[in-house]
Amino acid sequence: MSFNLLLAQALNGLQFGVLLFLMAAGLTLVFGIMSFINLAHGALYMFGAYFAALVFAASGSFGLALLAAAGGVFILAALLDAGGLAVLHKRDHLDQVLATFGIVLFSNEFVRWAWGNSPLFMDTPEALSNSVQILGFNYPAYRFAIIGVGLAVALGLYALIERTRIGMLIRAGASNREMVSALGVNIGWLNRFVFALGAGLAGLAGAMVGPILSIQPGMGEPILVLTLVVIVIGGIGSIRGAFLGALVVGVVDTLGRVLLPIWLRELFDASVANAAGPALASMLVYLLMVLVLAFKPDGLFPVKARQQ
Amino acid sequence: MQQLTLKALCAAAIATCALATTSASAQVKIGFMSTLSGPAASLGQDMYDGFMLGVEQSGGKLGGATIEVLKEDDQLKPELGVQIVSKFIERDKVDIVTGVTFSNVMMAVAKPLADGKAVFVGSNAGPAPLAGAQCNANFFFTSWQNDMQAEVVGKYATDKGYKNVYIMAPNYQSGKDNVAGFKRYFKGGVAGEVYTTVNQPDYSAEIAQMQAAKPDALFVFYPGGMGVNFVKQMRQAGLLGQIPLLSVSTTDGSTIPALKETALGVISGTFWGPDFNNPASKKFVADFEKKYNRIPSQYAAQSYDSALLIDSALKKTGGKASDKAALTAALRAADFKSVRGNFRFNKNGFPIQDMHVFEVAKDAQGRVSLKTASTPLKDLADPYVKDCPLK
Amino acid sequence: MSTLHTHAGWRHALASLLIAALVAVPMYAWFTQDMYALTLVGRILAFGLAALGLNLALGFGGMVSLGHAMYMGLGAYAVGILSSLGLHSGWLHLATAVIVTVVIAAPLGWVALRTQGIAFIMITLAFAQLFYYVFVSLKAFGGDDGISLQQLSDFGFLTGNKFAIYVSLLITVLLALWILQHVVASRFGLVLRAAKVNDRRVQALGARSLPYRITAYVISAVLCALAGFFLANLTGFVSPAMMTWAVSGELIVMVLLGGMGSVFGPVVGAFALLLTEEGLKLMTERWPMILGPLIVLIVIYLKRGLWGLLEER
Repeated sequence: MSFNLLLAQALNGLQFGVLLFLMAAGLTLVFGIMSFINLAHGALYMFGAYFAALVFAASGSFGLALLAAAGGVFILAALLDAGGLAVLHKRDHLDQVLATFGIVLFSNEFVRWAWGNSPLFMDTPEALSNSVQILGFNYPAYRFAIIGVGLAVALGLYALIERTRIGMLIRAGASNREMVSALGVNIGWLNRFVFALGAGLAGLAGAMVGPILSIQPGMGEPILVLTLVVIVIGGIGSIRGAFLGALVVGVVDTLGRVLLPIWLRELFDASVANAAGPALASMLVYLLMVLVLAFKPDGLFPVKARQQ
Repeated sequence: MQQLTLKALCAAAIATCALATTSASAQVKIGFMSTLSGPAASLGQDMYDGFMLGVEQSGGKLGGATIEVLKEDDQLKPELGVQIVSKFIERDKVDIVTGVTFSNVMMAVAKPLADGKAVFVGSNAGPAPLAGAQCNANFFFTSWQNDMQAEVVGKYATDKGYKNVYIMAPNYQSGKDNVAGFKRYFKGGVAGEVYTTVNQPDYSAEIAQMQAAKPDALFVFYPGGMGVNFVKQMRQAGLLGQIPLLSVSTTDGSTIPALKETALGVISGTFWGPDFNNPASKKFVADFEKKYNRIPSQYAAQSYDSALLIDSALKKTGGKASDKAALTAALRAADFKSVRGNFRFNKNGFPIQDMHVFEVAKDAQGRVSLKTASTPLKDLADPYVKDCPLK
Repeated sequence: MSTLHTHAGWRHALASLLIAALVAVPMYAWFTQDMYALTLVGRILAFGLAALGLNLALGFGGMVSLGHAMYMGLGAYAVGILSSLGLHSGWLHLATAVIVTVVIAAPLGWVALRTQGIAFIMITLAFAQLFYYVFVSLKAFGGDDGISLQQLSDFGFLTGNKFAIYVSLLITVLLALWILQHVVASRFGLVLRAAKVNDRRVQALGARSLPYRITAYVISAVLCALAGFFLANLTGFVSPAMMTWAVSGELIVMVLLGGMGSVFGPVVGAFALLLTEEGLKLMTERWPMILGPLIVLIVIYLKRGLWGLLEER
């Protein structure tokens, strides 16, 4: 493999990593900081993609579509929380798993009923539809937009959680609800805000990803597993962990997919390499997670120990 | 306590309903099973819509007999498919089982169908074992054997003189079968052969790799959502105009509405396209568009043909399905006007048919659809029939 | 703990009713020759067995495993692979299923139990995904298409006899219930449940909880493998689709619906989930839109699952 190609693949890996972070950001906020296992994260992401596709088709404005997606899902989540889901904040993880599973069942069928079985159409915005030549390879311009948005979300979240008063309240509320309540903060509203914010981020991710992936019922589930893996590898509870974890997963997965078959072909004959290569490549991320968890159960970049 | 008693009563009632027998009032009962939920549901839905169009054409009668269609969703779960087929055969006592979208479900239900000596008219999945060693005199397929679509694209690639083709497919049985089918008829050189993870979201790494290999054409098999992903990403990389994209099941009636102009120029291979000129096809397309407001996919066409086939068979048996031998003989005769033109069965129940190559292009009304490009293989028989012991 | 030894009361009555119904099914099928009833109820019963197994690890051991469907797959593939190799003896299939599961579950459990909380959940998921991808790429054994069993596990004249399969499955479930009842009440069960609540205290009392947990994990895996063995014989088909994380998720749902704190709960949960699915399907095609909110409501209002409704106060 030429050096140019290797560099180009590394760039692809980084870009894939940022894409994963975008999808994981909302989940890490809700799960890492609020300790709320939201299996419906994939469903919220799906709603974001659908809202964006519909608004983009109707209005022609990509910016409006993004707003509709993020804002729409934000409101949807706030309503859900107000409507009864708030009870789950205090329950144990399993109850949260079960309830959000029910929401996933409902959402996938609802989307099918409302907008049909077939994937929805969404194109990239005009301004970003061309490609750029990097190191001799074609690179879609839209991917830069994704990197840009991903980085903005990372910085914004970091600033929010670590540097603002609200962020401090959120972190405090996650460690000790009663104390924060006693200090006069409405913990219910705080949690609702965080939940809705996490959902909004999921919606934004769905919208950004719409033009490059297929928008269809059930599109959230494959993403859900992958984002859970990213968060666990990176370290639950910190934005930095999720970001770095996502980059690690993105690069390892991408380079693994392209390098493994080549290495296998060097060591074994073609038929074995062709059979084993893709299988190993698809298992790579999970192998990585097992390895990380075996030696560092809290992830690669865990947040410093909090009071239980 | 009342809650529980109520719940228990409901559960008991539901259970009884599930176990209760259904009464028969139609002359011929047909059990239709396809994948109607999950990401691939559009295929199963197309199949159902096409089939029902065929049934309703003659006022709910096929061959003069009133038809009752029992519709079931296998949810792409093979063991659920087995349960449904068992219900069709043992409980509902259907005369014909039809449909089946996916090959893994098909392989699972082949056994209960064979054990129950059921008459089966398949309208999509056509896995190799059922064309070869496990062929069955009661099984008929109005679709195609799984390899055929890739074979015609392979022949097309040979005819076009491509010397260096890069191949990509997902890493599961269908993917490997399609690659094998392509290579069976493609006589040029292979620049690379890559198997990606099923439902992989991002192909940028593989696309870069493909570019590095500098092929003169690209052959892919990416059905459903994977196809939408891949074509979108190829277009965004600016490569769709530069490297000819030859495909199977990637740009079909189910994915084109999601791709629209993004897919223009992509080549695919199958047995039928909506711009076919024969009267049966034109009627089908017109009726389908009027009723369902969308261009029919090949999956709808396959199932529509299965309804027409059953109609022709029931005409021969006088509207009766009780004599299985007579019914299967009548089905085998395939005396109907198929939307694909020529239609006849091989001894293994699979069709011998012309296979064509299509290009994604705008139709007369400016909608993005499939346009017939050429017919590289006429009267194609599947390669597994030689293993079939039937006469 | 009165939750385990209810002599009278609604729980006992309903459990007996359910078991009586399960025994009645083959009799009904015998008279009406309606084999479909056996297939339908048999499939639910097999999932009930798997849920029972998962409950030992999850409900009593506090180990949230998102990978137990993998063991169902192992049990089923024991039948499938041996069958495709020409080895049909039913006892061989059974023994292989159990032994292979123990050999795989023990080290996997040991590695996984070095972690806890969400890390444990994810590691079990990772292992399950690994096995799933392995089986999908095994072209020799059907790969994604699975293996259609030409011949079922050979038990002499009972081979493939739906009645025999159903009855032996029912006996296995009853045996499992009886064994689990005693395991949970024994010292082993006590240590296990204590470790779930507060591991540190258990260690302080001088008992190392890890061997207990691994044992519980392996036993639960074996029960799932048995369920897979029966499923393979009931449907005559084996495929990687049986071992996806979605199936593991469904098992967890069954355990939770039934109520985690009891031995019999998971069976109730399996029947509740799958029968409700079947029933709703008869009413509408959009049944997930009803089942989903139903599950949410049950979680919010029925804190101890359906079975918990009957708890003695």
